Amino acid sequence: MSEDIFQGYKGHALEVLQKYNARVWAKVRVDSSRGVFEGTILPRAENTDDKHLVLKIFTGYNIGVSIDGISNITELGYKKAVYKIPEKEFPYSKDKPNVKLLGTGGTIASRLDYRTGAVIPAFSPGELYGAVPELADICNLTTEKLFAVFSENMGPEQYKKLAIAIGNEIEKGIDGIIIGHGTDTLHYTSAALTFMVQNSPVPIVLVGSQRSSDRPSSDAALNLMHAATAAAHGDIAEVMVCMFGPTSDEYGFLHGGTRVRKMHSSYRSTFRTIGDTPLATVTRQGVTPIKHDYNRRRKDRNVKIFPYYEEKVTMVYYYTNMKPDVIDALVDAGYKGIIIIGTGLGHVNKPIYPAIERAIAKGVAIYMTVQTLWGYVHMFVYDTGRDLMAKGIIPAENMLPEVAFIKLSWALGQTSDLEEVKRIMLTPINNEITPREPYNGYLIYQGGVPEVEEFIRKFHK
Amino acid sequence: MQTRKSFSTDRMKQPFDPRRNHAETQQKIGYITRKNATQADYDRICFMSGLEVHQQLKTRKKLFCRCPSGIYQKPDDFDAELIRHMRPTLSELGEYDGTALMEFRTRKNIIYRIKNQSACTYEVDDTPPFPLNMDALGISIDIALLSKMKVVGEVHITRKQYLDGSIPTGFQRTAIIGIEGEIELKNKKVRLIQLSLEEDACREVSDIGHIRVFRTDRLGMPLIETVTYPDFKNPDEVKEGADYIRFLNRSTGKVLTGIGSTRADVNVSCKGGTRVEIKGVSHTSWMPELTHNEAFRQWALLAIKEILNAKVKDKTSWKISWKEVKPKDFKLENLGVPKNSTLKVYIVNLPQFQGILSHFTQPGKMFADEFSDRLKVIACLEKPNMVHSEMFDDIVGEKAWTKVRSLLGSKDGDAQIIFWGPEDDIKTALETIEERGKMAFTGVPNETRKSFEDGTTIFERVLPGADRMYPDTDSAPIPLDDAAIDEAIKRLPEVVSTRIRQLIEWKVPEDTHTYILKNNLVPILEKAQTELQVPARFTATLLAHTLKHIQGHNPALPEFTYEKVYDLLQYIVKQHLDLAIARQILLHLYQHPKMDFDSILTTLNFKPIPESEILGKIPFLVRKYKEIRTSKEESAGHRWVMGNLRKIATGNISLRELSQRIDK
Repeated sequence: MSEDIFQGYKGHALEVLQKYNARVWAKVRVDSSRGVFEGTILPRAENTDDKHLVLKIFTGYNIGVSIDGISNITELGYKKAVYKIPEKEFPYSKDKPNVKLLGTGGTIASRLDYRTGAVIPAFSPGELYGAVPELADICNLTTEKLFAVFSENMGPEQYKKLAIAIGNEIEKGIDGIIIGHGTDTLHYTSAALTFMVQNSPVPIVLVGSQRSSDRPSSDAALNLMHAATAAAHGDIAEVMVCMFGPTSDEYGFLHGGTRVRKMHSSYRSTFRTIGDTPLATVTRQGVTPIKHDYNRRRKDRNVKIFPYYEEKVTMVYYYTNMKPDVIDALVDAGYKGIIIIGTGLGHVNKPIYPAIERAIAKGVAIYMTVQTLWGYVHMFVYDTGRDLMAKGIIPAENMLPEVAFIKLSWALGQTSDLEEVKRIMLTPINNEITPREPYNGYLIYQGGVPEVEEFIRKFHK
Repeated sequence: MQTRKSFSTDRMKQPFDPRRNHAETQQKIGYITRKNATQADYDRICFMSGLEVHQQLKTRKKLFCRCPSGIYQKPDDFDAELIRHMRPTLSELGEYDGTALMEFRTRKNIIYRIKNQSACTYEVDDTPPFPLNMDALGISIDIALLSKMKVVGEVHITRKQYLDGSIPTGFQRTAIIGIEGEIELKNKKVRLIQLSLEEDACREVSDIGHIRVFRTDRLGMPLIETVTYPDFKNPDEVKEGADYIRFLNRSTGKVLTGIGSTRADVNVSCKGGTRVEIKGVSHTSWMPELTHNEAFRQWALLAIKEILNAKVKDKTSWKISWKEVKPKDFKLENLGVPKNSTLKVYIVNLPQFQGILSHFTQPGKMFADEFSDRLKVIACLEKPNMVHSEMFDDIVGEKAWTKVRSLLGSKDGDAQIIFWGPEDDIKTALETIEERGKMAFTGVPNETRKSFEDGTTIFERVLPGADRMYPDTDSAPIPLDDAAIDEAIKRLPEVVSTRIRQLIEWKVPEDTHTYILKNNLVPILEKAQTELQVPARFTATLLAHTLKHIQGHNPALPEFTYEKVYDLLQYIVKQHLDLAIARQILLHLYQHPKMDFDSILTTLNFKPIPESEILGKIPFLVRKYKEIRTSKEESAGHRWVMGNLRKIATGNISLRELSQRIDK
């Protein structure tokens, strides 16, 4: 296929460009009803109209010119922009730990995609070194791009591939692993890897960024440095999520992979440990544990990989007046497992009881979690809860809904024996169920209270 | 041969006199004060200047979020603080920007002070932008049209990188609204490059060492920037152009007018020089002196370039040498360095720089200041940060300099610097000195400079290029169809040049023009003249003289508006009073804007008296004066009669007419 010289233009806009033979990246003079415009024709982003031509004018700004008013286009020159992050060879030093960065398609380093107007990741160690040279002070870094998908497109195939790749790296002797990942489903992946990669002798750190690295205030570089520090020098050999502690550029948290959740659509400090404290804080100087009963780094390579997954598992977020046909439809569609996210202590209304009975009778595994996110399922407190348990719904303790969903998929991927599934589900692998909830596991302070405001004034937000 | 040698030895023995050198170099480059400068002087150096005029718009909300616009906080009044760092990123065309790299080298901790009332998560870059404020877009289209620009067909929001921390995202969201326009000054037309709509930046609280503090109140307020071509050929034209653009903006009545609401960046260059940008000049009256001095500073730097290139054969091999020394060896307490300080002290040799350090650059400044300013900004060394071998008042002493030279192995004709700073900043400091030294061989560095009231400037940052532009992937382009433009054209006020012509036509005194245009009062003059038959001349002096004086001596109250002056004139005309009373009422009106006019007249003890009654008193008073005759002077009687009648006459009869009647 020959190169598209009218990149992104369509419909009427494309016709006009073809008529005057004006290519993308050509420097042109455009005669239009609003006057003469000069500039370089830029590619047009997808999902935009066919009524405008985009020019970069000499001052560096972009403008759109109405296609309708154009009476002539004259080409004055041509210069295609080559967008490239400067690549420098990542230095190797013998006394530094070796860390592998596995790429999934996050925004750790990125460049602009004219087609969508969005940013796409750049990734090689050389590119990363060009963008974040401080990494070389922390570790010897090698990278491998496993796949390039957006966070929302991560799924079983990727989880399994990642787990196997991690296993291979550990066997080859790596000192730590970083996984670059979009943030939206980071906590699904961290749960999946906790179950699929067990007994790891080295840290496995998932990291993303809330502000893409194409902006100067991005959290990407610092997150990456924190992740590299945790992977190369940290003592916690678990699957962890490494993201900003406060929104300030101060320190990162290392969250346990099964207790972490994205809690704000855009804040930098969006990841929070739910129902417990984070494992540790991390700065470029090192990792400072908050919890002390973590799995420690080891010299051996005895990692266990369990790449199992059943795709016919779903989640149902209960809402008032939910009808039984929702559950029936899922069963009819062949789902083998359902995580219900119930109200309060773990409840749904009576009208759907019959549907639950039908589902259980058909051998569907149903587990209960809570919409409140914090706290345990307590189905003994009210009659409704007792009724539901009698019908075969199993309370999932204080497992987070997304974690229960991943774990049930993983369990059903291994066996269809529901008793075995239940055993797997209720035997914690790494804190997805905790025996107790510490008092400081639930801290959501509300603004406006004088002592809270005083605290906020005193410490960087 | 023999004689020549002894001659040069003699010269060397004569101590170098920096004061004399400064005076001589100032004369040699042909520096002349602005007062004495003529167009010929500016033509000689090819003075060239252009403007970027920033104007805040009057909207209720900010540009990209729903925070209220124009609510300010005191420097120490904040609800929370957060800290960020800025890293350079690539531009759309794949380049790192020069300023970006410099700012990165300075490693600043940037602290933002947030007040909940005026900032939300958008300001601190924890939320993507909300749709653009359409009121602001409308105002900017109006001003683009008034500036005779071509309005774009589609507005593209661009990110313009700023790594100084003044915007927490690290870039300013900005969009071109119009390009290629012009304004008409007294003697020429000035071409305009573009008008953009952008978000305003933070206000700086402090910048000390590696910590720079900002408040986020002003951040995100809608701002437009009008950029001219470098068409100004002398400093006075620069001011005229800046005033014109200011008046044009204000003629819409939709822009803010308080302190800091209009700020201009002034670009200056001279023949062989480079575009240097003087940032954030908020008084147009400062511009002539600033641009004058900057043009001559560049002229001086070009002279330095000539001298150095003549002296140094291989300029690429020019480099500094340095050594660390002990603070106590140089009695640095005298230079402002604390005795027990942990600061490191370095001595630096600049080959062949004798006579360069004390070379004239600006009034009261010399080339060495260029090093000191950069050490402050780039290496974060607080001033005083250095001394050098060509200071007017040598605090170090010749003995110490001799030691410095011997430690460095300096040759005749070299110059030396002693600087001090924290250990971590030394590397950057040394790089900065060498870099500025090398730049002296090429002339005028591209930079932005900060202005001072005395007309001098100091280095602020490396001038950013077009490489820092990047499309904003968080916001979609906004189409501007012809209907929207036609609608805007209908609501446009008269252009300022037409307004100025009107003022001249109406014989409005020129000393009132600035006040009238600055406050957008021509519409009031016009309305009073057409609807009330009050001459524009009268209204103009009532506003620009009487009211301006009152404003200078009384606190401003929010209830007082210029519209009230029109209401006053209307009242006077309806009541068939004489216009002169307006000047008296105005003071009360300004002090008590809620008071009605009848009450003000009562306060003034005004009584309506028919003209005939007043005139009827004249014969009696004339007779009376003849009896008392206080002075031999011819006109004294007239004055005495006027004085007796003035109080009852004001408002009832024109004083001029009264005067004429007395004479009869």
